Amino acid sequence: MSRIGVFVCHCGENIGRTVDCAAVAEALKDHPGVAVAEDYKYMCSDPGQALVKKAIEENNLTGVVIAACSPHMHEKTFRRAVDQAGLNKFMCEMANIREHCSWIHEDKDEATAKAIDIARTIVEKVKHNRPLEVIKIPVTKRALVIGGGIAGIQAALDIADGGHEVVLIEKSASIGGHMSQLSETFPTLDCSQCILTPRMVEAYQHPNIKLHTWSEVEKVDGYIGNFEVTIRKKARSVDEDLCNGCGDCQGVCPSKKIPSEFDAGLSNRTAIYVPFPQAVPNIPVLDRPNCSLFKGRAKGLKKDACGKCKEACLKGAIDYDTEDTFVTEEVGAIVVATGFKLYDIGRDQPEGLTGYGEYGYGEVPDVIDGLQFERLASASGPTAGAILRPSDGTEPKTVVFVHCVGSRDPEKGMSYCSKICCMYNAKHAMLYKHKVHDGRAVAFYMDIRAAGKGYDEFSRRAIEEDHAEYIRGRVSRIFRDGDKVKVWGFDTLSGEQVVIDADMVVLATAVRPQDGVKELGQKLSVSVDADGFINEAHPKLRPVETNTAGVFVAGACQSPRDIPDAVAMASATGAKVLGLFSSDELEREPAVAIVNEQTCIGCMRCELVCPYGAIEQREVCTVDGHVCGHTAYVNPGVCQGCGTCQAVCLSKSVELQTFTDEQIFSEINALCAWE
Amino acid sequence: MSTVVDATATAEAGAQPAPGVLAYYPGCSLHGTEPEYDESLRAVVEALGIAIAEIPDWNCCGASSAHTTDHLLGVALPARNLALAEAAGFDRVLAPCAACYNRLAAAQLAVAEDAGLAEQMPDILGRPFANSVEVLSILSLLRDVKTTIAERASATRAAPNPLVGVKLAAYYGCLLVRPPELSGGDDPEQPMFMDEVIEACGAEAVDWNMKVECCGGAFSVSRTSSVLRMGRAIIEDARSNGAEAIVVACPLCHTNLDLRQKAMESRGEPRIPVLFITEVVGLALGLPAGALGLKRHFIATAPLLADLNIRAAQRVADEKKAADEKATKAAAREAKAAEAKAAAAADPATPDAGGDA
Repeated sequence: MSRIGVFVCHCGENIGRTVDCAAVAEALKDHPGVAVAEDYKYMCSDPGQALVKKAIEENNLTGVVIAACSPHMHEKTFRRAVDQAGLNKFMCEMANIREHCSWIHEDKDEATAKAIDIARTIVEKVKHNRPLEVIKIPVTKRALVIGGGIAGIQAALDIADGGHEVVLIEKSASIGGHMSQLSETFPTLDCSQCILTPRMVEAYQHPNIKLHTWSEVEKVDGYIGNFEVTIRKKARSVDEDLCNGCGDCQGVCPSKKIPSEFDAGLSNRTAIYVPFPQAVPNIPVLDRPNCSLFKGRAKGLKKDACGKCKEACLKGAIDYDTEDTFVTEEVGAIVVATGFKLYDIGRDQPEGLTGYGEYGYGEVPDVIDGLQFERLASASGPTAGAILRPSDGTEPKTVVFVHCVGSRDPEKGMSYCSKICCMYNAKHAMLYKHKVHDGRAVAFYMDIRAAGKGYDEFSRRAIEEDHAEYIRGRVSRIFRDGDKVKVWGFDTLSGEQVVIDADMVVLATAVRPQDGVKELGQKLSVSVDADGFINEAHPKLRPVETNTAGVFVAGACQSPRDIPDAVAMASATGAKVLGLFSSDELEREPAVAIVNEQTCIGCMRCELVCPYGAIEQREVCTVDGHVCGHTAYVNPGVCQGCGTCQAVCLSKSVELQTFTDEQIFSEINALCAWE
Repeated sequence: MSTVVDATATAEAGAQPAPGVLAYYPGCSLHGTEPEYDESLRAVVEALGIAIAEIPDWNCCGASSAHTTDHLLGVALPARNLALAEAAGFDRVLAPCAACYNRLAAAQLAVAEDAGLAEQMPDILGRPFANSVEVLSILSLLRDVKTTIAERASATRAAPNPLVGVKLAAYYGCLLVRPPELSGGDDPEQPMFMDEVIEACGAEAVDWNMKVECCGGAFSVSRTSSVLRMGRAIIEDARSNGAEAIVVACPLCHTNLDLRQKAMESRGEPRIPVLFITEVVGLALGLPAGALGLKRHFIATAPLLADLNIRAAQRVADEKKAADEKATKAAAREAKAAEAKAAAAADPATPDAGGDA
C-alpha cells in the first residue's frame, strides 16, 4: 500500500507566480496513494528539507515526490534528505513544475492544472519505484597515460605524485613530443628543452612511473576501475637494460640518408638512432624498414647485408632477432594525450581535406612550416640556430610568414582556428629579427588571436620592438621565381595588392590530430569529432572527461592548444584520476539496465545499439558445463542508463532501473486518464 | 571520307545521328576571329576518326554579357543550344571555346541542380528540354584519346614528328578550370589535362607558374593596357621556364597572347608563338601545317616550325647513325666470338677439350 508524500515548492516567485502551489498540494491530497501533501516557499532550504524529513517519520511514507525544479538541479539534494530520514533515496522523485511548467507558461489557471497533472504523473511512477542500492565496483588504483608529450608527462607526474602508479606509453622512441622540437616558447621566450627536459627526466626516474617508449596500445578490455590494456612494445632491436647510451652504433651505421622526423625533414639520421641528444630514454631504436640488414632479409638474402652496429656495441645490447612483445597492464583509469601534428599542404590528402595547390603543394623549395622554422631557429637544430634557406644554405633577407594555412578554411576542410599560430608567428618573426638584424619580416594575417596572459603584449612586441610588418590580408599564390619565392598577397586595410620577392616563406599550417587517433579511439570506445579531435564529455563543464567512464583526455588531442593550456588540462585530468582513485570502491547510480536472463533470447540487439559498449554476451551452461546458449549481460560499471537497449529488446527482457516499462506506462496512463 | 557530318542534312532526313557522333558547337570565335582553331580542330578529329556535326541554328552562348545581365538569360541562352542538340539526337556536345564550354556546362549544371529552373526551361525555350546532353571541353576530348595520339605520334613515318623534344607551356587561363565544379575533373590550381595531351604528342610540357593566371579576357577591347601587362607576365614566365611556344585552348587567350603580343613592352627578346592545342595535336599526327591554319597567327609560326623540322630531321639522322653504329659493333662482336669458337675447336690442346682432371 503506497503512502506517498507530495511536497510542492513555490521556489520563491519562480513557480509561485505562475502556479498556485497551495492548490496543487490541495488537489494531490485526494489522489489515491498520497498520504500527505504540503507546499512551502523554498523546499530545497534547510527548513524545507526538515519538513520533508519530518513528514517521512510522522507518516511512515513509502515514497516522496517533490514538485519543484528540474532533477538536474536538486534531485541529489532531496535524495540526501530522504536518505537521512531513513527512507531509500531512490523512492524519491522530482516532478518538474518549473522548467517544464511555470517558466514556460503565462496563464495561471492552465499552468496550475498542468502542474497538478505533472505531480500526479510522478506519483503514479513512484508507486512502481524500487528501493535500489548504489552499485559499488572495485578500483584498480593505477593509471595508463597514452602519449608522452608535455600533456602526458604532466598528467603522469601529477598522478604519480599523488601516490599512484602510472604506466606511460609513447609510440616514438623518446618522450617529449613537439615541445622538444621547439626552439623557444611564447610569451617568455624560454628555451623549450630547458624547461621540458627536467620534467622528462623526472618522469623517467619517478618510482611510480613505468615508461614504455616505442610502444602502442594494442587492445583495451574492461571498464572504469578495471581496465585490462595490452601494450605492443615494438621491437627496438636494442636491449634497454644493457644499452648505456654511448652512441657508438649511430656512429658506424652506413644508412645516413633517412630524413629525420625530429628535424621535420631538414636533416638526415641513421637507421639506428636516438631522435635527439636529450632523448629520454637515451636508448636508440633500429628503424627496420630503412635498415640495410633488414631490407636484405626481406629480399631473402641468406647472409646479412650489414651488422656494423652490433659489432660496434661493446655492451652486446643489439639483437636483430627480437620481435614485438606484448605487455598486459591492469589499470583503473586511462588518459589520452596523443597530441597533434601539422597539416601538410601536399597533393596526397586524407578524405575531406584539400591540399594547397596555390602555394605549390609543398614542392616549392624554401617554403617551410612552423615546426621546420623551429628546427632552424633551435641551437641544437640542423643549422645550429642560424636561419638559413634549405635550398642553398644562404641567409634569407626577406621572410614572409603566412597565417591561417588550412585553418578557418571550409574549402580546405578545416573550419576551426588552430589557436597557437598567431602567437608562434609573432615569436618566429621576433626570433628571425633577433638573428638577422637587417632582415625583413612580413606577416600576412586575418585576425590576431592573442588571448592568454602576456600574449597580446608579446604580439605587439614583434611589431613595435622588432619591426615585423603585419599586413592584414590573404596570400593568393606562392611560387618559385628564379632564386626567389614570389608571394602575391593583398592588404585589405589599404586596398592594395602586395607582391613580395621573398627568400623564404613560413606557412602557419593547421593543427591536426595525430595519425591513428581514430583507431585508438575505437579501441577505447571514445569518439572523435568531424575534424578528428577526441570528443570531450561536455564542452563547457566536463572538458577532460570523455563519454566513456574512466577514459580521460588531456592536451591538443582534444583541440588545438598551447603549452600552458595543455599543462593545465593535464593537471585537471590528473585531479580527476586522483579523485577516481580516492576510494577503494566506486559508487555509481543504480540507473543502469539489468537483463532478465530467464526471458532473454540472446538476439544481442541491445549489444548492437549500446553506445557505450556496456553489453556483452554471456554463455548459459547446463549443469555439467555444456554451453547451451547465451544471454545478454549489462556491465553495471559501464552502463550510462540511456535506455536504448530497453527500447529495442524484442523479448522485453532488459529493464532500465528508474525507468522501467512499468514506470513509464504508469506515467502515460496517469496523463491520459486525468484531464 | 569526311567525318564532319552536315547536321542539317541529318536533321532534315529525320534520322538519328550515328552513335558516337559528337554535336559540335563552334561559337562565334571559331567562325570569326579564330578560324584556325576551327580549321585545326576539324582536321584533327577527322584524322582521329571522331565524327562531329555542327548543331543546326545554334545561337550565341551568352559569354559574359548574358550571365552578368540576368541569371535566367545566362542559363537559357546556352540551354537552347543544348536543347537543339538534344532534339537532333545527340548525347554529347563539344565546345572548343573555353567560354562557350563554361557557359554550356554551367547551364547544364544549373538546370540539373535546380528543379524549378528545369521546369521553366521548356516554356522559355519553346521546345522540350530534358537536359540530357553532356558538355565536353576540347581538353577532356583529347585527353580521352591521348593513347591513340601517343601511338600515332611515335609511329615511324616519312616526315618525323616535329614535336619531339620541344618545350611547350600549357596555358589554361580561367574558364577551363573555374569554378572547380566545371573543371571536368582537373585540379583547378595545378591543372594537368593539357600537359598530358602535350606529352602524348611527344613534346615536353614545362613546369611553370602562370598556368591559370588571367590573361585579361574581354578587357582586350575595353582596357587593353591591362591585357598587355598581364599577358607580358604570362609570356615572361613561360619563357623563363624554357618554353619555346605557349599552347592555349581558348580563342580569347589566343588573341590576348598572340594578336596583342607585339604591343607588349619588349626588351628585344624574340616573340614566342602561341599555338592552339588542336594545332599541336595536328602536327604530332603528321598533318601538314597548311591544313592547320598555322599561317593565320599574328606571331609567325613558320620560323619555329622550320626549326622544329630541322631538329626532327637531325634527330632522325642521329638515331639512324646511332643504330648503324650499334649494329656494326654487334656484328663485330659476333664475328670475334665466332672466330674464337672456330679457333678453339681446331686446337686439341685447349683445357676444355674434355679431359679428366
